[in-house]
Amino acid sequence: MAGKIGVYFDMQNIGGGLDVEALAAQTREKWGELAPVVKVCPVLARAVEEIRADISDKKLDGVLLCGASSRAECDVYRLPAQVEHVNLREQCVLSYKNSDGSPPDFSSGAPEDLVIMARDYVNMGVVKLQKSESPDPAPVAGVARILVIGGGVSGLTAAAESAATGYEVVLVEKSARLGGAAVNIPVTSPLAPDWSDKQSANLNMKISAVTGNPKITVYLDARMQTLSGQPGEFRATIATAHGPVSVEVGAVILATGWKALDDKYLAPMGLGRLPPVVSAAQFGRMLLDGNVSARRIGFILDTTLAEEAAPAEADEAAKPAEADEAAEKFVKENLENVRHLAYSNAVNSVGMLRLANSVCERDDAAQAFILYKHMTVPGILERFYKKMQDRPGIMMTKADVTAVRDDGGRLVVECKNTLLGMDFNLEVDLAVLPTGLVPTTAKEAVVQFDYRQGPDFPDLRLVDGFADSNYICFPYETRRTGVYAAGCVRQPMTMDACEEDARGAVLKAAQCIEAASRGVAVHPRSGDASYPVFNFVRCTQCKRCTEECPFGALDDDEKGTPKPNPARCRRCGTCFGACPERVISFANYNIDQIGSMIREVVVPKDFRKDGPRILILACENDACPALDMAGMRGRAWSPHVRIIPVRCLGSVNAIWVSDAMSKGFDGVMLLGCKYGDDYQCHFVKGSEICAKRKENIAETLNRLGVQPERVEQFEVAIDEYDKVPALIDGFVGRIMDMGPNPFKGM
Amino acid sequence: MSNAILVAGGGFAGLTSAIEAAELGHDVFIVEKSPWLGGRVAQLNKYFPKLCPPSCGLEIQFQRIRKNPRIKFFTQAELVGLSGGKGDYTAKIRLTPRGTAPHNVDFSLLASALTGETDNEFDLGLSKRKALYKAMPFAFPARYVLDGGTLSKSDMARVAGAKFVAPPEEPREIALNVGAVIVATGWKPYDVTRLANLGSGSVKNCVSNMQMERLASPFGPTRGKIARPSDNRAPLNVAFVQCAGSRDQNHLNYCSYICCMATLKQCLYLSEQNPDVGITVYYIDLRAPGRYVNMLEKVRARPNVSFVKGKVADVAQAEGDRVTLTAEDAVRGEKLTLTYDLVVLATGMQPSLAGESPSLPLSLDEDGFVTGGEEFGIFAAGCARMPLDVTRTAQSGTAAALKAVQTVRGR
Repeated sequence: MAGKIGVYFDMQNIGGGLDVEALAAQTREKWGELAPVVKVCPVLARAVEEIRADISDKKLDGVLLCGASSRAECDVYRLPAQVEHVNLREQCVLSYKNSDGSPPDFSSGAPEDLVIMARDYVNMGVVKLQKSESPDPAPVAGVARILVIGGGVSGLTAAAESAATGYEVVLVEKSARLGGAAVNIPVTSPLAPDWSDKQSANLNMKISAVTGNPKITVYLDARMQTLSGQPGEFRATIATAHGPVSVEVGAVILATGWKALDDKYLAPMGLGRLPPVVSAAQFGRMLLDGNVSARRIGFILDTTLAEEAAPAEADEAAKPAEADEAAEKFVKENLENVRHLAYSNAVNSVGMLRLANSVCERDDAAQAFILYKHMTVPGILERFYKKMQDRPGIMMTKADVTAVRDDGGRLVVECKNTLLGMDFNLEVDLAVLPTGLVPTTAKEAVVQFDYRQGPDFPDLRLVDGFADSNYICFPYETRRTGVYAAGCVRQPMTMDACEEDARGAVLKAAQCIEAASRGVAVHPRSGDASYPVFNFVRCTQCKRCTEECPFGALDDDEKGTPKPNPARCRRCGTCFGACPERVISFANYNIDQIGSMIREVVVPKDFRKDGPRILILACENDACPALDMAGMRGRAWSPHVRIIPVRCLGSVNAIWVSDAMSKGFDGVMLLGCKYGDDYQCHFVKGSEICAKRKENIAETLNRLGVQPERVEQFEVAIDEYDKVPALIDGFVGRIMDMGPNPFKGM
Repeated sequence: MSNAILVAGGGFAGLTSAIEAAELGHDVFIVEKSPWLGGRVAQLNKYFPKLCPPSCGLEIQFQRIRKNPRIKFFTQAELVGLSGGKGDYTAKIRLTPRGTAPHNVDFSLLASALTGETDNEFDLGLSKRKALYKAMPFAFPARYVLDGGTLSKSDMARVAGAKFVAPPEEPREIALNVGAVIVATGWKPYDVTRLANLGSGSVKNCVSNMQMERLASPFGPTRGKIARPSDNRAPLNVAFVQCAGSRDQNHLNYCSYICCMATLKQCLYLSEQNPDVGITVYYIDLRAPGRYVNMLEKVRARPNVSFVKGKVADVAQAEGDRVTLTAEDAVRGEKLTLTYDLVVLATGMQPSLAGESPSLPLSLDEDGFVTGGEEFGIFAAGCARMPLDVTRTAQSGTAAALKAVQTVRGR
């Protein structure tokens, strides 16, 4: 609880004809001893030293800055007290218009509706601070040891780089040897400038750099049995040939790579049916063993035959049965499918070039025919492609491969729509088919989380089984804090990209250990020291929080009492949004705080004369910046709304809607991120969960005789600033048509 | 000796490296040439394949910077010299003063009252800007900049009397002590005036893909309505010319990685505004790596979009400010000559360092990509190293941050 608050008004950034001195006087009068300092500053940014002095002289524990949006200044207001901003500029003055929609005239002072709004916002700001405490971080051990799962190129790189950054490493490899898929790739596509030549994979060097490093412990023939605990102090139990080994680790790098797509998917292209048709992996081994006698070799990249023949996704068969009682028993959904071939096209395009080159290097008379639908050698590797294009012995053409068949003992590849101006049947001694890289996570729960939400990453179907983040900007974020994926388990990628990816994952792992040891959050609220605190006395073990947390941060005991793991938590507040008993809170963000802000708004009794009141709960990551931008761009909206930023719509608790309704608000708008497959929610599930909860809220309202349409959720992307004012006005208009909240004034 | 890290460039690669290193506990300096952070991605309307707005990710990055006292950034700043060695460099930074107060001031009224105008580089010449300006709504830092050269006579009088504006002074230099350097200088769109057969940038209604991003952007010159620059009319048929400069020994001797995906994305922009708009994409290869192939198939399935495999030989002005395009259909072996309302050149990315004399002890290849420097504690990230999309840039930036951290740690 902030007991002494300093309130500062930024003259330079308010405007709108507002009588700032009067606003300050009202603040003094209303809040008395709670706000011993209330000042009007000509330029707030120049008053920072003065504020600092006030903090120490007057022992202020909270500072309320009324002026521009908190987003406007970056580094100016880092003060030794809790700081809150009241956005009087963008979301009040600049976005103001009269209730009849006419543009305001500020020349003779602020219109009354604007004065009322500004006063509401300042009071809400004071209450917000009053109900906020400086969070006391909950640090954990921060074990400086990184667990690397998978001993292929990505895993080896991750292990070596972790050690080079000062961390101990435990590397778990499922097979009896290190190297992974690279064992069959002694010579790879380019790994370094000038990006035009094949290169030695130097796998043995990479392996000995790991096995010879005293900081790195390698377990071969080993698998994850369980991963429990939380970042900074995970407990990994590894099943080895000599029994389980238990080790404490700070973070995890998942580099389990891929398995080749089942041969059955390639049968339509001849695999398993015609002896001279082999997979790229088989061919790689044949090359290694010196078993290639064929001279005319077709490398087929067009996989249309396989894709068209594949059975429509055997969804139902693959899906685990909806077990009600047996919810305990986890059944992995098999996400392997023929699409993995298409996703691997770039890796195969580069790979076929590499293999064709090897063939021609061994035998001057060899002829390699590369038949592609899309020759996908993007970026700098074009230089390698060009070199291969010019290489004698390699012939490439775009071709629709319509059949691979045996024609009286000869293997024939039917090619249509080629670049040679005709269709033709290519006779070859051997045909090589591409490899579908199926991420290990598509078929197995490789990490084996000992988490309340189960041993696997959730919702992998959305990303075709890859352990990918589904974010463009933040590729390393998995749904399990402290576990970072790298290499082909995340995306099909060439070896150079695997190495780079592994380095990035090491940085994230190190960062996570550091953050856990300081008790602060990682992405996206990095550095946040708050975390959810549970009042277990009132907990009814309903399990909603443990089930809804998008990151699986909460475990529970047999009775269902939640067991928080602060270092797994991303601080979105989805847990407290879920809690019907409201027993969860953050020091600086809680149910009572937002509820009190709602109750602080003065709701006029006369709906027709003084207008309605509409509460907007807006996601602070996307909707709020969009509202700021709308204000900056001179877009205005109804003066009857009051905006409260929330960490995520997932944190919206139904009680806030009841608070608003019983206070006499006429409607509630929830503004949050897009959800669905291309979700933009930074906490993945927040806006989606809110939409589900909203249905329950609507039902409740209906029972009370309140139109459920008074509460609506809208998706607002951060760049929809030109659209959001009309969205607000449209909602306000519908509320006007509905008339006042029937509970108003009761 | 210093444990701090210098990041040259405040685009997506630079921001990522800087923030990731800082969140691991290192002091970081970002040096950005332009007045704001965000780089090329800030000019984009949407990202492929999710069609999500770049400002969403940038906003998170900027929040991370706001909260983290370990990150210091300099805008309108250039790294002009580097002396010393790995672990102990002195970096000389030239700072151009902003001409406005060092805090946030809403200058929108004053700015709109000014009369002097110049081409808006942010919109790649598709619009004009004033002398006092903020290139984008999400500008970070959220501060205006004063460009003295664009002030008209009457502007000078207005500005002279204005609060919080100071006439630009001479640049000054500061020195920073750092242990490692990350080069994240990014890329520039290939100069279309060099593409003689594609109209050298002088054909009306023939725009580049980056200009297309601005046309589609809600804060672009047309507020997001895609229109022909000559008459502001929505185009009814559009052609995309892939590999405009890329994969060409005379221009860019590599594939620019993003242009196929960018074009697919722009096909969706156009189709969203008019589902019947006719689009033809002329390509050499359609490169949609990894799961991006889903987006390729989505666009291919659209009835209004067709694809022709073949290189475009010529682009020329036609009647009514339309554009005539000559291409060879490589599969059918036919020569095609067709006229369009709008032609988009999918121009490639050229490293910013191409043709520059770098102030760093760096080796560049003949295209201008960084090829070394690790042994000196200098690491390239993002498109300074190779052409990449945003996701791979984030990877690359994070990886470079690790190498820089290793360099300054544990010495």
